[in-house]
Amino acid sequence: MSAVYKLEGVKHNYDGRTVIDIGHLEILEGEIFGIIGPSGAGKSTLLRLLNFLEPPRQGVIRYRGTAYSAGNMPSLDVMREITTVLQKPALLSTTVFNNVVYPLRIRHKRPDPQKVALMLQRVGLTKLGHVRASSLSGGEAQRVALARALIFNPRVLLLDEPTANLDPANIAVIERLVREFREETKMTVIVVTHNVFQARRLCDRVMLLHEGACVEVNDARRFFESPKHALSRAFLSGEVIF
Amino acid sequence: MLLGQMVSGLFEAFKLIIEGDPEIYTIIFLSLRVSGIALFIATAAGVPLGAWLGLTGFPGRRLVVALVYTGMGLPPVVVGLVVFMLLSTTGPLGSLGWLFKVPGMILAQSIIALPIVAGLTMSAVGGVNKNVKQQLVALGASPAQVRWATLSEARMGVIAAVLAGFGRIVAEVGAVMLVGGNIQYRTRVLTTAIVLETRKGNFGMALALGIILLIISFFVNAAVLRLHRKELGES
Ligand SMILES: Nc1ncnc2c1ncn2[C@@H]1O[C@H](COP(=O)(O)OP(=O)(O)OP(=O)(O)O)[C@@H](O)[C@H]1O
Ligand SMILES: [Mg+2]
Repeated sequence: MSAVYKLEGVKHNYDGRTVIDIGHLEILEGEIFGIIGPSGAGKSTLLRLLNFLEPPRQGVIRYRGTAYSAGNMPSLDVMREITTVLQKPALLSTTVFNNVVYPLRIRHKRPDPQKVALMLQRVGLTKLGHVRASSLSGGEAQRVALARALIFNPRVLLLDEPTANLDPANIAVIERLVREFREETKMTVIVVTHNVFQARRLCDRVMLLHEGACVEVNDARRFFESPKHALSRAFLSGEVIF
Repeated sequence: MLLGQMVSGLFEAFKLIIEGDPEIYTIIFLSLRVSGIALFIATAAGVPLGAWLGLTGFPGRRLVVALVYTGMGLPPVVVGLVVFMLLSTTGPLGSLGWLFKVPGMILAQSIIALPIVAGLTMSAVGGVNKNVKQQLVALGASPAQVRWATLSEARMGVIAAVLAGFGRIVAEVGAVMLVGGNIQYRTRVLTTAIVLETRKGNFGMALALGIILLIISFFVNAAVLRLHRKELGES
């Protein structure tokens, strides 16, 4: 498999404080890549950099062979291959249907009603298409946000804590959808999660991020069964490592 | 004595309203026309200005924002004074012949409403969650599409801004008094008529007009509150 992302000497800081410092990292086309790490490790920041929502202060992020950096950010067409579902679902104050088709509308594509109906069905929201997004429960809102990200077949899907605060049934639905869509569209999925069990269930490879640095990247099975790094062992055993 | 006057005034007020005194209706109609057209002008200029200030950064923005905020608190009587001087025969706009006429009153009220509409639109647009904007970019929105969606997210606040502008000008007296001159059947509006009738001791008439003004203000402010509550409920 070839790499979708190659990070080279990527550093990012806020107010002079280094938040991301990754010397080298490759994320492979079509894999589900898990990012775990303590609160404040820089996981959300890393996703913002991977979606090019912010330019990295230093270093190069190579996306599908092209090098991007602070002075050279991707065009809108490239941006439109990548999407993030933010941790707090930010839905527009309109109906569920209009939220789900928003990415199609801004790409000037006419939403195919059958395709949208199928998507709503798959996320279990068939009856809620005409409901206002503001009236949804947390789990419903999270599923709308996921449907909205999947509707345009992104090449890369970034998920920031997609199941935080959800009940087991909603967690199972979201994990199943991510797996199914990855199989169907061969998209790359990068998922940030606090939940090590989820990372184990969902991911092909896992990275532990700590204070902005990549501590260990490994196959999920090996990462969880025989972590190489002392910090990984500590994190997996539930110790506080920040 | 005072209480008795008020009670009899109230009775007379209701009688005038119910009987449909033609002068009252002329006054109400003129008030709504002047303030309505002024609001239309202030909205056409103020919403784009407020949206622009709320959505973009540019050198000198802070100065413009400070000016808008100052304008929101402009005393109507001062605006009236300045517009009076502009429109007076020796003033730079004297040739228009708008003094003591409806267009002059509309001009003055537009100036009062404009900063209110612009300032509140700016706050509404600036108040849209940063998270939402980031999510829009992540979904593939271009900068122009992000701006448009942000404005659309702020729509309740924008409508509230327009209504607040109306509430302010329909109830102001200083500017229309100075610029309009309170001429019967020509430039007499609700507020200036109240001043006049009170001075003449016609408390019934003054109260009748006051009640009508209150009813108009009440509906406008109730609508503003409703929109704000809706907005809070939705964010
Ligand atoms: N916009 C910002 N401005 C300033 N500091 C920021 C900003 N965003 C993040 N930070 C800081 O960067 C660090 C990393 O934040 P980030 O949100 O990436 O962590 P995280 O790993 O996602 O944490 P959590 O698991 O709690 O979501 C934190 O110390 C945070 O305070
Ligand atoms: Mg985070």
